[in-house]
Parts: sequence; structure tokens; C-alpha cells
Amino acid sequence: MTGPHGLAPTGRGVLVSGLASDAHTWNLMYLQLLIEELGHPVTNLGPCVPDELLVGECLRRAPGLVVLSSVNGHGTQDGLRLIRALRRHGRLATTPVVIGGMLGITEEGREERVRQLLAAGFDAVFENGTDAVALFKDYVGALTGDRHAAS
Amino acid sequence: MSGFADFVAQQAAAGRLVVQPRMGFATPEEMRAGLIATKSAAATTVGTVTVDSYTRVGDLAAARTALRRGAGLNGYPLATHDAATTRRMLDGVRDDTFPVQVRHGSAAPQHIFAASLRAGLDATEGGPVSYCLPYGRVPLEVSVRNWAAACRLLARTRDLGARPHLETFGGCMLGQLCPPGQLVAISVLEALFFRQHGLDDVSVSYAQQANADQDREAVLALRRLCTELLTPLGIEWHVVVYAYMGVYPTTDEGAHGLLARAAELAVTTGAPRLIVKTVAESRRIPTVRENVAALEHAAAAARSAAGPHDATADSQTYAEARALIDAVLGLGPDLGDALVTAFRRGLLDIPFCLHPDNAGRSRSYLDADGRLRWAELGSLPLRHLVGTRAARPVTSTELLGALAFVRHRYDREALEASPTRRLT
Ligand code: B12
Repeated sequence: MTGPHGLAPTGRGVLVSGLASDAHTWNLMYLQLLIEELGHPVTNLGPCVPDELLVGECLRRAPGLVVLSSVNGHGTQDGLRLIRALRRHGRLATTPVVIGGMLGITEEGREERVRQLLAAGFDAVFENGTDAVALFKDYVGALTGDRHAAS
Repeated sequence: MSGFADFVAQQAAAGRLVVQPRMGFATPEEMRAGLIATKSAAATTVGTVTVDSYTRVGDLAAARTALRRGAGLNGYPLATHDAATTRRMLDGVRDDTFPVQVRHGSAAPQHIFAASLRAGLDATEGGPVSYCLPYGRVPLEVSVRNWAAACRLLARTRDLGARPHLETFGGCMLGQLCPPGQLVAISVLEALFFRQHGLDDVSVSYAQQANADQDREAVLALRRLCTELLTPLGIEWHVVVYAYMGVYPTTDEGAHGLLARAAELAVTTGAPRLIVKTVAESRRIPTVRENVAALEHAAAAARSAAGPHDATADSQTYAEARALIDAVLGLGPDLGDALVTAFRRGLLDIPFCLHPDNAGRSRSYLDADGRLRWAELGSLPLRHLVGTRAARPVTSTELLGALAFVRHRYDREALEASPTRRLT
């Protein structure tokens, strides 16, 4: 599936990454396949990506979408630190950046986590237990103006 | 104080399976409460201090910040609490009847080993391969150097009368979809690496996979290889079984069913120690209570399981593991160098592993019975042993299906056993 979806903004490619403290990779591999199947080229930075490396890669590649995943329970702390660092760069002020997975060590507090992450500059948060993957596909579809991506 | 392995050996001699949690909490109070509850569970237990992810990757500043703000940590920040705090946390809990092991997951573990030893803890786990490739981006070569230094640090405590113990994590790797022959091989190779760097008291791990017969074959192969390769070097060893390390069932019944199979695996293969998983595994860090329930459930399942098979039989898993081990040992006398070369040449190659030092040319699949098989070998020296099938690229849905094979089977069984319950 490539072709008409090569439209802005993800025509510049999607960057998939784990966060600084998170070693899990099956989530990253899954997201890469999923996004490729939606028709977008993916660069996968892998797990345990330090903030500076991730910011540097965003500046260098100017991706159309940044997809972050964390499941180790530190996602909110790591995500907040990272998004603040990213948004400090004028060139990354409007880059779409989303995060998902298991973002805390308890199931409680999900709403508060989502609120904090959105307030700090994430464009969308897809925490588990909320049909995250279907909502994410809708989001990517809307971003690229591709109505079929969500199906 | 007698050592970790001495305790396991005593219990094994008395016919009791030792069960152990994967437990770690941020504060010394919670950690102590968790250890006390483990100790007093209705089971033969050893304690665990599982270290948080910031400490694992060496970001001690983030661990400190999280502690100060009361933000949740996914383990005990062993290198951030000072040694006196950790000693107080353990005081009167850790003793001859209740050894405690530190579990971490770091490719640069020197600070964790040092902090453990300062707190009097001399049992831990990991390995230069198994705590590198699945755990981030540290180059394998660097991990090998770090682990050599860490092993020597631990070994030196023998001079002070300690009984240091180190367990390989090689039987787990990415938790799922690695054919058992390679898990067994890496576990044995890591034990030999520990020995090269001065340790002679080890345990070797194997993580339950998706087919009970294949798992039994794997643990027996592991025991046979240890008898052949570790015993002659004077290494004391035992096998530790990990309850399933992949995507876990979501129902309580499914989770307990899978854990019971793991306990039976340990008993029927003569493995004296089992590390459990809880009903919360699929969702979040488990509570103390959920850990105790898992320990007691596993102990009960072990009591009704039948005794061990002998470990001398030939098997496919044995043949694959032996071929991989021989290929690595043939690369030269230094096992660290040999491991690095082996991964560079693809003589060891973990399916689906994203680490840059993994060749990434091997592929595996689960057959209809849940047996793990090779789809592509890349350069693995197994052509004489394994028929492969042409692998085509997997889709996201197929990957998820393979990862969730065990979850679905155990959740379905649970549902069928109690039809009034609905899956959530
Ligand atoms: C396999 C596994 C491991 C393997 C990982 C190997 C590897 N390289 O990937 C090993 C054994 C190494 C491991 C280690 C650890 N793990 Co682990 N692990 C798991 C396990 C069993 C399965 C994870 C998995 O592979 N899932 C398959 C993928 C495809 O699913 P997923 O990750 O859930 O992702 C899905 C969704 O979350 C979603 N999603 C994820 N990200 C995103 C992002 C976006 C944008 C969207 C839309 C969706 C999305 O999409 C995916 C498909 O549905 C889970 C428990 C479980 N789920 O059963 C624990 C689990 C994730 N691990 C956990 C922890 C804490 C750790 C450790 C810190 C050790 C510890 N303290 O217990 C270390 C990690 C060290 C570190 N530095 O981070 C906890 C996290 C707890 C929490 N969040 O509250 C879990 C839940 C277990 C538990 N209950 O304690 N782990």
C-alpha cells in the first residue's frame, strides 16, 4: 500500500521510537508494520532512545509524524520530559507527535496522565484499554486526508 | 550467612520447589512489606528486589526525581537509596531461611552490582547477551566488557566470605518467539562466561514457551548440557524456570492456568526453582497480594505434579543447542570475543530482535501445536538439523496473533471451563 497517501504531512515519513528508559520492542515492531500497512514509510529508532538522540533525529529527518510508544510504566514521566525538549525547538513546534501504550504503573490515573501529556504538547495520547489502535488508525487517516486508512 | 544456591539445594533435597516473585517497589517501606509477605507465603520462597528502569539504564537523576515527586517507579531504585537504607529494608527479613536476589536488566550493571554488594546482597542475574540485545542499544561489545567487570566484582566477594550467585537470563531473551534450542544455548554460554570471569556458583534459566512437550525437552536438554559442560569445570549449577515471559492471559483463570503449567514444567524436569507471574501481568505492576497469590498457586500446582524425567535423552532441542554452543566455542578461547563474533556472523541470531548487533536474518514461527520452529536460519549453523520453509514478511495482524497465541489459548480454556464468565 503506497501511492495516494504520500501526501503531506506524513509524506515525509513517520518516526517510531521507544522512550529513554523503555526496553520493550515488540510494541515498536508492531507499530512499524501497522503504519507501513497504512502506506507510510517508517524509520524505527528502537528502544531506550535518549531524549537528545530523539530530538536530533526529529530535527534531521523532519518527519511528518512522530509515534512514541512506552509500556514499562514510566511513559508519562519520560514522555513529559521529551515533549518539552522537542517543543523547545521552533522547527518542531507543530510536528504532530503522539504517544501510546501503558503509560503508568497503575490503571488508575489514566485521565490525569492523558491531560498532562496533552497539556505538555502531545497532539494525541492512545493509552491501552481505550481501543487505542483503532483510534490511532483514524488519527493517521485524518492527518493524511486518507479516508480509507481507518478501515 | 549461607548462600542463595545452598538454600535452593537444601529445599530441592527435601523435594520442595522454590518459588520466587518478580517484585520491586519504589520505597523501602513497600519493598520491605513485599519481602515479608513473600517470606510468610504458604510456599517455599526466596525474595526478589527488582530494580526500576531508570536504574537499569543508568539514569540515576531520573530515579531521584521520580522518588522525590512520588511519581511511580516500576521497581526499587537500588542505586539511589543509600546502602544503609537498603540494609534496614532487609534487616531481619533476609536470613539463612530467606535469601534475596537482585533482578535488574542492565547492559552496564556495575553500579547495580556495587550497590547490591554495599547492601550485602550477593545474588543477582543477567548476562552479557541476554541483558543487552533485548534491553536497548548498548553495543554488544560494550556489554561484554561491562559484564566481565561486573562478574569479577561479584567474584571478589568470595574473599570476604560471601557466596556470590549469578543466574543467566539467556533462557528468556525477548520473552517469546525464539526457538528453545537457541535459548538453551545462550543460557549455557552465559554460564560459561560467568565462569571465565571467576564465578562458579550459577543458575541457568529457561522461560516457558507455548508447547509443554517442547518445554520439557528444552529443560532436559539444558540439564544435560550443564552436566556435560559445567559440571566438569567444577561449576555448581541449578536450573530456574520462568513462568511465561510473553504476552500474558488477561483472565485470572487463564493466568493461573499458565502459571500452573510452569510449575509442572519445573517439577517434571527436575528444576528446583520457579519464578512466577501474577494475574496482573497483562496490565500493570502487580500488588504484593497478587504476588503472594501467585506464589501459593504455583506451590500448590507443584505439589500435585509428578517427579522428574531423566535428562540424558537425545532431542531436537538438544541437537540444536549443542550445535550452536559448539559453533561459538569453536571461535576461540575468550567467550566474550566469541559471543561478539558469533552475533556478527549470524551464528547466533535472535528472531525479531531490533538490536543493531543482531544479524536479524533468522525467523521463527509457531506451528499449530504451539511448537516454536525455524522459518529462516540466516547463518545459524543448523542446516543439517532443521528444515525451513520460505518465510514471507509478516503483517501487523499476524505478528500480534503469534505474540498472543498463549494468551488466547489460556483465556479460551478459562472461558470454556466457566462458561458464565465473559472475556473482557
Ligand atoms: C515481553 C515483555 C518483556 C520483555 C521485552 C522484550 C522486548 N525487547 O520487547 C522483557 C522480559 C525483556 C521485559 C522487560 C521488562 N518489563 Co516487560 N513485559 C513484557 C510483556 C510480558 C509483553 C509485552 C509485549 O511484548 N507485548 C506485545 C506488544 C505487541 O503489545 P504491547 O507492548 O502491549 O503494545 C500494544 C499496545 O500497548 C498498543 N501500543 C503500545 N504502544 C503504543 C503506541 C501507540 C501510539 C498506539 C496507538 C498503541 C500502542 O499497541 C500494541 C498492540 O496492541 C508485558 C506484559 C503483557 N503484556 O503481558 C510486560 C510488561 C510490559 N513489562 C513490564 C515491566 C515493568 C518490565 C521491566 C521494567 C521489568 C519489571 N520491572 O518487571 C523490564 C523493562 C526494562 C526497561 N528498561 O524498560 C510491565 C509494565 C508495567 C506497567 N506499565 O505498569 C508489564 C506490563 C508486566 C507487568 N505487569 O509488570 N518485558
